[in-house]
Amino acid sequence: MNRTYELMFIVRPDMTEEDLDKLISTLQSVVPPSGGSVLRVDKMGKRRLAYAVKRFHDGIYVLMVIEGGGPVMHELERRLRVTEPVIKFLTVRTDEELKRLDKIKKLRDAKKKVSAQPAAPAPAAEPAAAPAAAETPATA
Amino acid sequence: MAEETKAPEQSASSERPRSDGPRPGGDRPRFGGGGGGRGPGGPPREGGGGRKFFRRKKVCKFCVEKIEDINYKDYRTLGQFVAESGKIVPRRLTGVCAPHQHRLSSAIKQARNIALLPFAGRAS
Repeated sequence: MNRTYELMFIVRPDMTEEDLDKLISTLQSVVPPSGGSVLRVDKMGKRRLAYAVKRFHDGIYVLMVIEGGGPVMHELERRLRVTEPVIKFLTVRTDEELKRLDKIKKLRDAKKKVSAQPAAPAPAAEPAAAPAAAETPATA
Repeated sequence: MAEETKAPEQSASSERPRSDGPRPGGDRPRFGGGGGGRGPGGPPREGGGGRKFFRRKKVCKFCVEKIEDINYKDYRTLGQFVAESGKIVPRRLTGVCAPHQHRLSSAIKQARNIALLPFAGRAS
């Protein structure tokens, strides 16, 4: 029940701002009954599409980050399929990816902490090495 | 007599690796041609397996800059690894390492599905 999904969908460009907001709130209201929660909604604005979708060349992109189980996305996608203004959507499951990125970040932070401790001898060694390196090219 | 037969063989075999540079194949991509021209400078360092075309030591952009999050959303970064025709560029040309190339490839395919990158043709 802790799956995180990213749902990006494209809405036809001739939608007004308030219609778009209405649509988004309708979709958001679908999520809690199926046992999920909306983490974030991002309206990414109008963009030119890389290819024509349903004879439209521009579209308004919206991103939603949702947490929940499989049935949540099932219901949401079903709704999107029947919604007329939505011309394309893509769902990506991101919890594993986020876990991996988190792990890498923790590893990197831990390494930084370890290397921060012998900071005193390290800079002392570096200036000693640097003038030695500077001398040899000068002589050569 | 034995010496005479040996000599032409030796000169023939020594000539072959020397005739480097633009091969009669002609339609080799620019990247390969550049590597071939730089070849004679390489051998003392490379010396690997008798290759005729050397490439500069290309590094993986993601490894160097320590970018771990290759997302379908940043189409600008992804667009660098896509050719003019929309095709994904092979990693021997871009120098990306294998795991990053897999992730890059999946991200590009996702971006194509959501019309951020084209399937074919110029990226707008």
